Amino acid sequence: MDAIADIGGADGWGAVRTPDRGEPPFTEPWEGRAFALTLLGMGRVSGQNLDAFRYALGRLDHAAYFDDGYYGRWLNAVELMLTESAIIAPGAVDARARNLQGEHVEEPAAPEPHKPDYAPTAAGSLREVPDPPRFAPGDRVRALPVPDGPTKLPRYVSGHTGVVESVQPAHLLPDTHAIFQGENPQHVFTVRFDSRELHGADAEPFALTIELFDSYLEPVS
Amino acid sequence: MSRIPASLRTEALEQILTERGLVDPGVMDKFIANYETNVGPLNGAKVVAKAWTDPDYRERLLADGTAAIKELGFSGPQGEHIVVVENTAATHNVTVCTLCSCYPWPVLGLPPSWYKDPAYRARVVREPRTVLREMGLDLGADVEIVVRDSSSEVRWLVLPERPAGTEGLSEDELVPLITRDALVGVAKVAAP
Repeated sequence: MDAIADIGGADGWGAVRTPDRGEPPFTEPWEGRAFALTLLGMGRVSGQNLDAFRYALGRLDHAAYFDDGYYGRWLNAVELMLTESAIIAPGAVDARARNLQGEHVEEPAAPEPHKPDYAPTAAGSLREVPDPPRFAPGDRVRALPVPDGPTKLPRYVSGHTGVVESVQPAHLLPDTHAIFQGENPQHVFTVRFDSRELHGADAEPFALTIELFDSYLEPVS
Repeated sequence: MSRIPASLRTEALEQILTERGLVDPGVMDKFIANYETNVGPLNGAKVVAKAWTDPDYRERLLADGTAAIKELGFSGPQGEHIVVVENTAATHNVTVCTLCSCYPWPVLGLPPSWYKDPAYRARVVREPRTVLREMGLDLGADVEIVVRDSSSEVRWLVLPERPAGTEGLSEDELVPLITRDALVGVAKVAAP
């Protein structure tokens, strides 16, 4: 899942953009409005959370993810979350937008809200885990197959072997937190991979590190 | 049916939620103004300038980035756990978030367009030396590149190398030299 967002290592994206030191945070005013609507919409209005927002981004179609730019993508994801929590009706945003541009279309009535049965146990994403970490720096580990449903395990490291560089503070698990099936906090490891392990013998030589949750890993002897 | 512009759909959603009392446009204004005026790469530049001029602070910053950054008053969303890595003549770190565009907001503000662009997200984990060269940074073949993909709530900040020729500059004089690009790792800091 999240396949549309899982683009690390993918071909076909062309040249990178040249940095502009003076670029403002929002290049057009509506981007700031979409940013603020998303911050408010993902939590208090929809009753969801940050991982659910990322999962909503990953479930957008190609046009909704890529064609409206970064904050347009945020808007589309928060609209999906608000629709799924029945805060707004499907099509309500498009109908209002058409009326704003001078059309006369009927807008759907506001539905009966149906927020998920969810409340965080604490602020933020870091949590205490009583058990000691399964791995220590220097241990060899392999990234497991990408699971169905929400996850933060990208395809380009899946199946590959790396070395634990450091142990990070434990986090709640996005895979279940995103769908309101529990925080399930886990230890998180920064795992270091050699580029040739990830991309083959002809790859540019470099190292890559990525944070992987305990359940994404298996030991390698 | 043609696609309705995101700008108009944003206005529509704000109207709908405001009419029902679910969002307050004044609160939205404050969020926007905060990221337009207070939270930006100047914060990260202050952290780095202090690290360059205060060896004890540098040590604290590399040992516990979150705590050392908070000493300067910088904390907040997307800054729960910040790890600072040092770039040297031998090792060059560069950061990315391939799955979305995670970025250490308290020290860098909101990410610039090139960082959010699919081309950067896709390619820097596959051919970083080529990508950096396209962005104007040509690293020698003997420099080890370490790409940091921010896939959890851990956020990475690069402590760039202090350029030669700045030995006589004060902390305040160093701050304007330190760019956002250097703090992500797609550029070096240049002497004035």
